[in-house]
Amino acid sequence: MKRIILSLLFSLGLVAAAAASEGGIQLDKFPEEKISDVAALQHGAKLFVNYCLNCHSAAYMRYNRLRDIGLSDEQIKKNMLFAAPKVGDVMKAAIDPKQAKEWFGTNPPDLSLIARSRAGGRGSGADYLYTYLRTYYRDDTKATGWNNLASPNVSMPNVLWELEGQRAAKPPIEEKDPHDESKTVHRFAGFEQLTPGTMTAQQFDESVADLVAYLKWMGEPSQGLRIRLGVWVLLFLGVFTVITWRLNAAYWKDVK
Amino acid sequence: MADYIEAPANATAAQRLMVWIDNRFPATKLWNEHVGEYYAPKNFNFWYIFGSLSLVVLVMQIITGIFLTMHYKPDASLAFASVEYIMRDVPWGWLIRYMHSTGASAFFIVVYLHMFRGLLYGSYRKPRELVWIFGCGIFLCLMAEAFMGYLLPWGQMSYWGAQVIINLFAAVPFIGPDLALLIRGDYVVGDATLNRFFSFHVIAVPLVLLGLVVAHIIALHEVGSNNPDGVEIKAKKDALGRPLDGIPFHPYYTVHDIFGVSVFLIIFSAIIFFAPELGGYFLEYNNFIPADPLKTPAHIAPVWYFTPYYSMLRATTDLMVYVLSAVVAVAAVLALLKGRFSNVGKIVLLVGAVVLIALLNTFDAKFWGVVVMGGAVVILFFLPWLDHSPVKSIRYRPSWHKYVYGVFVFFFLVLGYLGAQPPSATGNYVSQVGTLLYFAFFLLMPWWSRMGEFKPVPERVTYAAH
Repeated sequence: MKRIILSLLFSLGLVAAAAASEGGIQLDKFPEEKISDVAALQHGAKLFVNYCLNCHSAAYMRYNRLRDIGLSDEQIKKNMLFAAPKVGDVMKAAIDPKQAKEWFGTNPPDLSLIARSRAGGRGSGADYLYTYLRTYYRDDTKATGWNNLASPNVSMPNVLWELEGQRAAKPPIEEKDPHDESKTVHRFAGFEQLTPGTMTAQQFDESVADLVAYLKWMGEPSQGLRIRLGVWVLLFLGVFTVITWRLNAAYWKDVK
Repeated sequence: MADYIEAPANATAAQRLMVWIDNRFPATKLWNEHVGEYYAPKNFNFWYIFGSLSLVVLVMQIITGIFLTMHYKPDASLAFASVEYIMRDVPWGWLIRYMHSTGASAFFIVVYLHMFRGLLYGSYRKPRELVWIFGCGIFLCLMAEAFMGYLLPWGQMSYWGAQVIINLFAAVPFIGPDLALLIRGDYVVGDATLNRFFSFHVIAVPLVLLGLVVAHIIALHEVGSNNPDGVEIKAKKDALGRPLDGIPFHPYYTVHDIFGVSVFLIIFSAIIFFAPELGGYFLEYNNFIPADPLKTPAHIAPVWYFTPYYSMLRATTDLMVYVLSAVVAVAAVLALLKGRFSNVGKIVLLVGAVVLIALLNTFDAKFWGVVVMGGAVVILFFLPWLDHSPVKSIRYRPSWHKYVYGVFVFFFLVLGYLGAQPPSATGNYVSQVGTLLYFAFFLLMPWWSRMGEFKPVPERVTYAAH
């Protein structure tokens, strides 16, 4: 029997291994502690309003929901409300969608749920965004002049380039395909800095992490409450289960 | 018709009220028949919790569904936004929505385990065939309910999942395209589809489901529950006519089930509060993108509870159809040689087999995939007549039967896993083997279920006091 189970499990392993090979680059890990850091979330919100909201909307997100990350209505009105008249409005893009379609060949997607929808086998949606926003490089063959490692041939230019500076990809390394000797594969060899940005590499990584933290929070603004409440619910259920367990035992004493 | 009863002179107000009601409605009678004096075997084990759990989940789905319907908009241009409105702007909307979405998966988990229990202990055997058939009807309704409900959030997976499944109906010969059109209400999945699915999801299917649940329970309480020993407790009764091995459902199984429900709620709440997407299995990542008829996702997979059947559909390729033709031919030859048929019977059998093989190779493999997928569910209805084992419970069957069940369960899980993965050549061969084994398990059951050395079944249930 053990042999049967072992061989069955082994065959399952083979199938799983065959299915696991999914394309794309390795994603960097988003620093998860940022999601509970109010200052990071506020900084991320500022970056979002300044850099993303020009072309992208967040049509399910109301400005006054930013109260949840510690901003007052006054602060929101003063620092955030460029594109909307009222604090209870949803975040609309500054750009006209028709114009956007003309410029980029596609409508910039709504970002309300971007951190939830970009999750997959390679990592969480936040991992993807954290990698994506940090792997832009100059590529003159593209219409925007930019290309991206995490999302090759993306139609969005690098809007954060002033902060990051301009980078190019070093000439790729040619290697023999390990699966097929007759083919060569191109391996990414790293970036080279062309012009400096206003931020150091470390500052830029921090800022992108803040922005991604905000995007992740915006994907589900009630996630903090959900987790805090969950702890209490489980504590209650733990106690409740002990009571029902003893109640059950008290009744079942009689059953012989 | 019951006699009119007068309340005793010294009765309290509550007793008088009860007598007043009982003279007009069988309240006490119903309570006693189904709860207070419903005798259930005392040797129920862990596997017997999933019946009450499915009832708990059903009630939860109905209640959360009612609240979701208050805010949801069944309109192709508003549906996605209205779900996000529930998640963000409706007070506690996120909780209600997560309860409903997690509840759908929980429903299938408890129902699959409930069905497996029935399989283990032969709960479908005489005289419980109708209990089992109503149950299979519930399972079928549940699948329809889940499929139609999944379209409502109007995300990419909702849209393309529905598109793929409805297109399957188009593979039916002759009437297929019209049938698919009838289901969709349009040439592509659109507003008309969303509206009719909404209508089916919130009223039509739940009505049938509730009716079947009532029938399932009435039939069960008529014949009494089976138990892990497969012994009829009604065969041994005390002087008052109560089964010796039975205990009243209330209070014994009510406290038992409350305990079970609280453990269930711990797991359920852990998912709702800490992992409502459950790694993309309960809420798929792609479904956070609004439906876009112009952008087909790279990989379309149904939600996990449909994946075993989806695997069987994908496994039915041209190669598989040849294998099935060969299986039909071998079965026909064996029946001719071994079976005791009259000459007319032999001719009917031979013609039937030839026609079936001809049909298998005439129609598209896709159509047979649909037949295989549907057949995999429909075959469950026939289980009471496929099982010819002299004992009900796995406990008294030959030990090797356990391996048969083990292989069946293993391949069902493998099929489920593969159905969630993008198609691959290896995966497809494995699902073809899995599909053949799934059907072999049921179709060969009349033979294998009576083979081997059976253990003696005890007179009374085995039970050790807690």
